Amino acid sequence: MAYFLQQLVNGIALGSIYGLIAIGYTMVYGIIGMINFAHGDIFMVGAFIALIAFLLIMSLGLTLVPLALVLVLIVAMLLTAMWGWTVERIAYRPLRESFRLAPLITAIGMSIILQNFIQVAQGARVKPLQPVVTGGYQIFNAGGFAVNLSNIQILIVLTTVVLMGVFSLIITRTALGRAQRACEQDRMMAALSGVNVDRTISLTFVMGAALAAVAGLLYLLYYGVIDFFIGFVAGIKAFTAAVLGGIGSLPGAMLGGLIIGLIETFWSAYFTIEYKDVAAFSMLAVVLIFFPSGLLGRPEVEKV
Amino acid sequence: MNEPVKSLSHRLEAALLDALLAAYVAFALFCLTLGFKTVDSVGGLTLQSRPVLLAAVVGAVFVGRLLLNLFVWQTDRPLTEPFARLFTSEPLSRRDLFVLGAVALLSALASLVSPAARLVAGGVFAFLIVGAIRRAILHFFPNLPYARIFTVGGIAFAVLFPITSYLLEKAFHLGLPVRYLLDLSIVVLTYMMLGSGLNIVVGLAGLLDLGYVAFYAVGAYSFAILAMDFGWSFWMCLPFAGLLAALWGCTVGLPVLRLRGDYLAIVTLAFAEIVRIVLLNWTNVTNGPNGISGIPKPTFFGLPFGASGETFSAFFGLRYDPLHAIIFLYYVIFLLVIITNLVTLRLRRLPIGRAWEAMREDEIACRSLGINTTITKLTAFATGAMFGGFAGAFFATRQGFISPESFTFMESATILAIVVLGGLGSQLGVALAAIVMIGGFEALRHTQGLKVIFGPDFDPALYRMLLFGIAMVVIMVWRPRGIISSRTPSIVLERQRGSPRFLAKERRA
Repeated sequence: MAYFLQQLVNGIALGSIYGLIAIGYTMVYGIIGMINFAHGDIFMVGAFIALIAFLLIMSLGLTLVPLALVLVLIVAMLLTAMWGWTVERIAYRPLRESFRLAPLITAIGMSIILQNFIQVAQGARVKPLQPVVTGGYQIFNAGGFAVNLSNIQILIVLTTVVLMGVFSLIITRTALGRAQRACEQDRMMAALSGVNVDRTISLTFVMGAALAAVAGLLYLLYYGVIDFFIGFVAGIKAFTAAVLGGIGSLPGAMLGGLIIGLIETFWSAYFTIEYKDVAAFSMLAVVLIFFPSGLLGRPEVEKV
Repeated sequence: MNEPVKSLSHRLEAALLDALLAAYVAFALFCLTLGFKTVDSVGGLTLQSRPVLLAAVVGAVFVGRLLLNLFVWQTDRPLTEPFARLFTSEPLSRRDLFVLGAVALLSALASLVSPAARLVAGGVFAFLIVGAIRRAILHFFPNLPYARIFTVGGIAFAVLFPITSYLLEKAFHLGLPVRYLLDLSIVVLTYMMLGSGLNIVVGLAGLLDLGYVAFYAVGAYSFAILAMDFGWSFWMCLPFAGLLAALWGCTVGLPVLRLRGDYLAIVTLAFAEIVRIVLLNWTNVTNGPNGISGIPKPTFFGLPFGASGETFSAFFGLRYDPLHAIIFLYYVIFLLVIITNLVTLRLRRLPIGRAWEAMREDEIACRSLGINTTITKLTAFATGAMFGGFAGAFFATRQGFISPESFTFMESATILAIVVLGGLGSQLGVALAAIVMIGGFEALRHTQGLKVIFGPDFDPALYRMLLFGIAMVVIMVWRPRGIISSRTPSIVLERQRGSPRFLAKERRA
């Protein structure tokens, strides 16, 4: 029981990170109907920016960790959002009226570019960071097995909940959110009623990338080690989460993220840790076969 | 970008503003990722600042954008026009000739000054010469079937190349690196085979398969296991390797082929990763990360290649030479490439091939005409997978050693880049792209000019995938049909309402 609870805690923390990345996939899919394959790598770039920003701030003499983390968060969100914007501007916008396969191929190209850019610029070795957020609480003790809730896990879940709240408000209450929903339904009609479609799509990428940067920072703090390849596996898993929750649905992405995080954690805890990625990836196939519209999504109708 | 041309000061101002904005974006992108390098040291990671590199990159973006704005984008007579026109059959104006001449002269002068510029000048001259030759040939013989001449010439060269270079070397001892050239050609041909196989899936059927390397891996491992554990020969295993890969293709494809193309892409990616993880962990069959070694080489009608015993050289009364085995391997993969392309060529004429191409253009129209798109996709997927399996078996027998390391996503990405660059659906294009991208990179490694520019430790191999990625994006944005975009459509209307190139273009948004 205690073991189960501990895994539950771990799974929720991991799932929150996947959920944050999944939101980027789901928003972009909702608005332009394409999978942004480079999103996983935007997350990776975000993690690297956070790492470098953190080291830079530390070396400048700021030792107050909470303030440093807030600064890092802001810097990472801003700079990663710039990457998201640039990727859209270079690789997707010119192809908006092109054939179906074209933006998918540029997305793969962008993913390769980002991975290899970081590999060339920062080296291929893994980058370790000593634990920044330490400590925690023991919430339960059964027969010598303590269930721990660490501060970093609390931080992850709190940040995710707050960001989810903020972004839900943006989508439902602001003019930008209204424009996004309008573009989702009918881009042509939205443009005719005065919505700046290009700008709205750009801002969607910016928002997705900013959330990916947060996920990158949390991942860095949680695992304490990153490399240029983390975006690949995390990207597929977050995408699985988005599909599982129903692609295009914001709460669905979060729910899917949590489920994928839990599946992965429990699989590693009770079966084999080597095959944890296989479990998450197989989930993708299972979901697509049995309920392709996901838990909270609407079935897709292709119009001619 | 298509604003009316304004006065010079206006243009200059707009260009400067735009370039400044671009430089600002570049600075935001690179200030942390490129401006600092994380270095391992005793007390954990430390940062090393690289202001010069950062300034150079941002400066290059500024200057490049400014020049593009001034001379290409915001003018009605772009400076790139003469270069583009060189590769058409339109007559060159006096201004075109002047621009081309000036560029040639400038690069010649620059190459006198610095050895680094020689590299650029070489590229410029190659471009100009190729353009001039192309124009001359088209001028004198406008109606020859060039694609066919090129194909036949290429095949003839490929057939003769190993034998002639081997005999020349044996007869005259010219010091040709025959062994190296043959090994490189075998690698190029292997990628050509993989590209041709993937081309069926991506280029003809329009299904984006990001996990092609899985079929390559299935082929390689099924050959290795059949050969090692059952003692089968290469030629017995080859069909099985293809068959097993095709079977795996069906298994992967069946569940997702009903869905939209994007899903297929990511599922294939996930499945390829599953295959790699299973290969890595299923130790008692695949030997895990240590891989399988000692895989037997193919035999020449039962005659092995070796120094002693009943071998190829003994049978034909030749003196033993390790090059014989390599030349034989070359012809094996060459044959496989030819078979793949001949089969593709024939399939394109069959109803199934027509259905593939129709499906690529418009799936809904296809379905409404009574084509079973699931079966059609599955056949394309399985056919592509089968050729991937053949290539895998060949890879295993040539290397003699395989491990999951060889079947990563980067391999899939390389193969996809070859197909995209060659032009989706163009067989000749894929062949050329394999030569340029695999062989060209090998050539870059031996180029001295690069070392002069970037320092003696410069290794282009590090930048290979980065350049492949950039090439994929640039090609898709600039020429979505690949470098060789004059792909002949399989069916053309009798009375053409547009040029064939127009018909070949996809109109779907």
